Amino acid sequence: MEKRVVFRNNVLPYLLVAPQVIITLVFFIWPASQALWWSFLREDAFGTKSAFVWFENFADLFASAEYLNSFRVTLIFSSAVAGVGFSVALLLAVMADRALRSATVYKTLIIWPYAVAPVVAGVLWFFLFNPTVGMVAFFIKKAGVNWNHTLNGTQAMTLVIIAAAWREISYNFLFFLAGLQAIPHAFIEAAAIDGAGPWKRFWTIVFPLLSPTMFFLIVVNIVYAFFDTFGVIHAITRGGPNYATNILVYKVFNDGFINLDLGGSAAQSVILMIVVITLTVVQFRFIERKVNY
Amino acid sequence: MADVSIRNVTKQFGKTEVIHGISCDIRDGEFIVILGPSGCGKSTLLRMIAGLEEISSGEVAIDGRVVNRMEPAERDIAMVFQNYALYPHMTVYRNMAYGLKMRRMPKDEIDQRVRNAAKVLELSTLLDRKPRQLSGGQRQRVAMGRCIVREPKVFLFDEPLSNLDAKLRVQMRLEIRKLHEDLKITSVYVTHDQVEAMTLGDRLVVMDDGYAAQTGSPIEVYERPANMFVAGFIGSPAMNFMEVTVQESGQALKLPGDIQIPLNGSALSGWAGKKAILGIRPEHLELDSKGPLSILFTVGQVELLGADTLVHGHISEEKVTLTVRLPDVHRFEKQATIRLSISQEKLHLFDPETKKRIDG
Ligand SMILES: Nc1ncnc2c1ncn2[C@@H]1O[C@H](COP(=O)(O)OP(=O)(O)OP(=O)(O)O)[C@@H](O)[C@H]1O
Ligand SMILES: [Mg+2]
Repeated sequence: MEKRVVFRNNVLPYLLVAPQVIITLVFFIWPASQALWWSFLREDAFGTKSAFVWFENFADLFASAEYLNSFRVTLIFSSAVAGVGFSVALLLAVMADRALRSATVYKTLIIWPYAVAPVVAGVLWFFLFNPTVGMVAFFIKKAGVNWNHTLNGTQAMTLVIIAAAWREISYNFLFFLAGLQAIPHAFIEAAAIDGAGPWKRFWTIVFPLLSPTMFFLIVVNIVYAFFDTFGVIHAITRGGPNYATNILVYKVFNDGFINLDLGGSAAQSVILMIVVITLTVVQFRFIERKVNY
Repeated sequence: MADVSIRNVTKQFGKTEVIHGISCDIRDGEFIVILGPSGCGKSTLLRMIAGLEEISSGEVAIDGRVVNRMEPAERDIAMVFQNYALYPHMTVYRNMAYGLKMRRMPKDEIDQRVRNAAKVLELSTLLDRKPRQLSGGQRQRVAMGRCIVREPKVFLFDEPLSNLDAKLRVQMRLEIRKLHEDLKITSVYVTHDQVEAMTLGDRLVVMDDGYAAQTGSPIEVYERPANMFVAGFIGSPAMNFMEVTVQESGQALKLPGDIQIPLNGSALSGWAGKKAILGIRPEHLELDSKGPLSILFTVGQVELLGADTLVHGHISEEKVTLTVRLPDVHRFEKQATIRLSISQEKLHLFDPETKKRIDG
């Protein structure tokens, strides 16, 4: 049966897609092309003249220790966020799947963190861990750790990882739970009869069957950790102390809007753009091939 | 190789009881078919034997050991699921080897067993395929292969043929029977298809709404159904039922419309003057104009099946409808009247109150 809607009028379809096209043009294509253009320019010290410098901005970036540090920080940060967000969510989903096969209340509760805006989440965690007034910081100090994430780079990193992963857990959880519930119970039962214990069943049956979900989430999580965590960083550490949490997106913002180095900042965003495009392409390629096990 | 003993087993889901105390002793090497309509609790009973469902009360023993508290893996059973439940991410080979691997069997023995089973089931060329690359019948064979490589004490089947088309069903039915004759492994087979049940089973357990209505060989169940449920469920088209009165003498039945059928036996004396339900199978009514036990029958709908003809109609002014199965092709006019004869030995009588068989 023909599922498509066939339009007689040939103006209407264009009108219907127009809003989306305009939004994409104004908020994505236009700024992206501006960034691309600026990444080839360099302004003089007073911001009055700019010169076309080809790839010099990019060359400078890769020669800069600060940028390379930012890259390193981003890699640590995003793999930790994805790792923590992943494993905690999977653990929760497995337990939820066992305990309550259709618990909507539980599902609704656990999605709440995702509805909290990143900045708000950041502020929340900032206060909880605040060295002077924070509740959690108080208990950590009681346990004998000298907590001060405004001075200690590792502690700052730990905190932003927790804050960023916290939101991701709820998102991942929903996908994992849906993935788990989509696995027919008969597979598990067949494996149980075949002599596999719960642990073996999980790793040989459930985990492989979750792999499409898993792969999708890896990409989404990395993209999230790369880009969407700006608010968290901004609210908690502002990239500090001493650049310990200065991830790439935050550096773009800092260089462009605080230090007013438009060319360098634009070059950084172009690099980020390339990263995200690559990830998306990989995701679609992989999913097309691999999802049908 | 083992016997299976089911002793007064019940099952409750929450407050509702779905199995109300079933007992059955399955002998070593026997092929038992559990037959019943949808929702009567066949799968539940099978799953309790498998250990996939907890037993609410009663006992299941396999090879003399009570298994109530044992995990499925410890019971040494193998099961073919309705949708086969083949692991979709594993090849046919790995699907069959999985159970052996989990039991830490040496690699070369696994390989030998898998290849043997594959040969028996004609799967040798398909070992590297994934389940989604197989046809329904091939998947079914892999599911069986996964069971035979294990050489378990008991095979459990839950409607394994219900997803196949009619022709394949007949073929697989024969293969299952042949396999059973070769391996002689105690088998419990659940189905709602009476042809499967009749052809496969050494014995049947006919289930009705959580009770075992009758246990016996297929022919016993067909020839001497224990109650009206079994009588109506076994046989196709279903048995005709009509209300009759036993004559004062207890020697004859009075059908509606003053038709009399004499009885040979005299054991019906206790029923003299009382009402009973008479059951006659459609295939036991014969076309006959001379016999002493003939009744007049008015033709309604006629269904030509080729080998047989099904005639639906009525006797005695539309009060009693009957279905008759006649061999060969017969073309009757609508509203034509024909004479049918009943053979006395093939009559079934039931108590209208308890629905149980009246033996006479
Ligand atoms: N997990 C469960 N919770 C509650 N009730 C259940 C559960 N499983 C089965 N039942 C009920 O138990 C009864 C028997 O179910 P069962 O699956 O054993 O039927 P069946 O004879 O196998 O039917 P079918 O031929 O349709 O497979 C049904 O009324 C069903 O609704
Ligand atoms: Mg069933």
